[in-house]
Amino acid sequence: MSFLELTGVRKAFGATVAVEDFNLAAERGEFVSFLGPSGCGKTTTLRMIAGFERPTSGRIAIDGDDVTWRPPNQRNVGMVFQSYALFPNMTVANNVGFGLKVRKRNADQIKKRVGELLELINLPDKGDRYPWQLSGGQQQRVALARALAFEPQVLLLDEPLSALDAKIRVALRLEIRQIQRQLGITTVYVTHDQEEALSLSDRVVVMSEGRMEQVGTPFEIYNFPATPFVASFVGQLNLLPGTVVDPKAGTLSIAGQPLHVSRPFDFAAGRNVNLALRPEMASLGTNGGENHLSGKVVDVSFLGAIVRMRIRVGGDDGPIVSLDEFNEPTLVLPGIGATADVSFPADGPLVLDAGAPIERVEALIAEA
Amino acid sequence: MSGPSINPIAAKAVMDGALAPQAQAGGRRTGLSARIVWWLVFVAGVIYFIGPLFATLLFSLKSRALPTASTDWFSQNLSAYTNLLADPQFTKTLLYSFVMGLITIAVSISLLVPTAYWVRLRLPQARRLIEFITLLPFVVPPVILVFGLIRGYKGPPVPLTGSDFGSNVLLVGAYVVLSFPYMYRAIDVGLRTIDVQSLTEASQSLGAGWARTLWQIILPNIRVSLLSGAFLTLAIVIGEYTIATFLARPAFGPYLSLIGGNKAYEPAAASLISFGLTWIAMGLIALLGRGSRVRVQVAAAH
Repeated sequence: MSFLELTGVRKAFGATVAVEDFNLAAERGEFVSFLGPSGCGKTTTLRMIAGFERPTSGRIAIDGDDVTWRPPNQRNVGMVFQSYALFPNMTVANNVGFGLKVRKRNADQIKKRVGELLELINLPDKGDRYPWQLSGGQQQRVALARALAFEPQVLLLDEPLSALDAKIRVALRLEIRQIQRQLGITTVYVTHDQEEALSLSDRVVVMSEGRMEQVGTPFEIYNFPATPFVASFVGQLNLLPGTVVDPKAGTLSIAGQPLHVSRPFDFAAGRNVNLALRPEMASLGTNGGENHLSGKVVDVSFLGAIVRMRIRVGGDDGPIVSLDEFNEPTLVLPGIGATADVSFPADGPLVLDAGAPIERVEALIAEA
Repeated sequence: MSGPSINPIAAKAVMDGALAPQAQAGGRRTGLSARIVWWLVFVAGVIYFIGPLFATLLFSLKSRALPTASTDWFSQNLSAYTNLLADPQFTKTLLYSFVMGLITIAVSISLLVPTAYWVRLRLPQARRLIEFITLLPFVVPPVILVFGLIRGYKGPPVPLTGSDFGSNVLLVGAYVVLSFPYMYRAIDVGLRTIDVQSLTEASQSLGAGWARTLWQIILPNIRVSLLSGAFLTLAIVIGEYTIATFLARPAFGPYLSLIGGNKAYEPAAASLISFGLTWIAMGLIALLGRGSRVRVQVAAAH
């Protein structure tokens, strides 16, 4: 039996279905992230685990105990909010000790535990400060300490880093992961930031329109996306419309140019498909693999360690292929409008059903 | 023949430079006249506000002591005040109204804080209706309210007008209704300044129930709003005349009216004393709310 189990969970607000048939079994000490664009149901699912929303149907159990209908204050679940939600009228120490006070622990126990947690979050001397006297990052660490103080069975984090600037976000996410590993607490983390989800999690649940698209390790999610949505949402992706030529031989035609794909696919000859190709899989020139596409350079963007190029293949109406090259002093960049070749290996791309319209996938990417 | 070419950017710079002193002088003049107008309005406002008070003060000081009175300065020049303070009815009615005011505040807070909190948290669609209800005291005159109360509670099933206690209950009930617009708005404004939902959910996730959340998290964070609503209520209750008169209660409002009919200078002194008490109440708001304002300012700076 898993530690945290969600079975057939569904949540509808009137006619709108926010979460549909959600099933998850998280092990004790596991770090699971819910990843998806706004409105995909990830926060609603988290709120159902916390008890702030009641499922329309389905079951939620923690350590074998059915908590589906239990109010939030009887669940022993700690939660960290996007807005920190620290109590402005209380000092940091009182904030952290609030859950223990509610549980009627004596003053000495509370003081000791608060001290331990302030040490854990590296704010040992800030106990007598008020939340408004702390920076955003410090406030979020206090919120984390407060959620951990009463030793909850499950820790829930609702986009805890989204209000912080980029550097603090990266530092704090490492800190969160370190503390989570140290305490071995089962954690559910909600984010729309794929980098956060991939770098923090043991497993990632990718969600779209209230449904689970895929559950897997970050490696699986990134390298073996199960659906066009996952492929487009996680990481950068080229979706090149083409036609199957010979499914047995793995050949396709993109913008009139032949290609070979070694990963098996199950589409008949003549079927319209999308070729999903990560930018890092493609190379400029003809040395990147057996597949070559010719076109004209549309754009060159310098991104620091990486240079991203966009090349339109197969004429003025052809699709655009984005490709990444590592920035090296010897790298020769083509000019805009110059003719260029794109190459990639046969085991690089995935062939996806074109039934998921590219416009929808692009819209989802833009929304994210 | 072609003329000399003109660089438009340079030309604009020259024009700007040429116009700048003129524009600056114009700006100074405008600023000066605006400041003069501002000061005139301010002085007019101060005169309009202070004038009657000053006249009332002068009038109250015209009172002369009886020949039997003490010859000290206070007794001779502040006889309206000393007479008033020596009148046991003054202290009694003021104390009565003050106690009624405190009870009204306690009942209003107990009734309106949970209501406003719940509306904000769970029933936002009911907000307009509640606002409308709380504004009704502005539409329904107190005399209608008190006649309604007397008719409704003069006999069974809830006879209240027959006893002092019952009449006091009715009086507090009426005052609670009168305080609705001030108290509800003050509380609602207070709740708007905090993230009610997140604070409530954070408190619940830490194991707290509704009562603890309201008492330890919500109330302390709307303290200043509660104080302002409370003091407004107190000011209304202390000066209220109609309801207290019709319910035959020994309140300060009817007392003021009574001495106004019998004495010349004492009503002026009483008005100034109640005005002073109101200002003391305002000062208390500022004093007690000082900590919260600092917090808000610093939080906004982050």
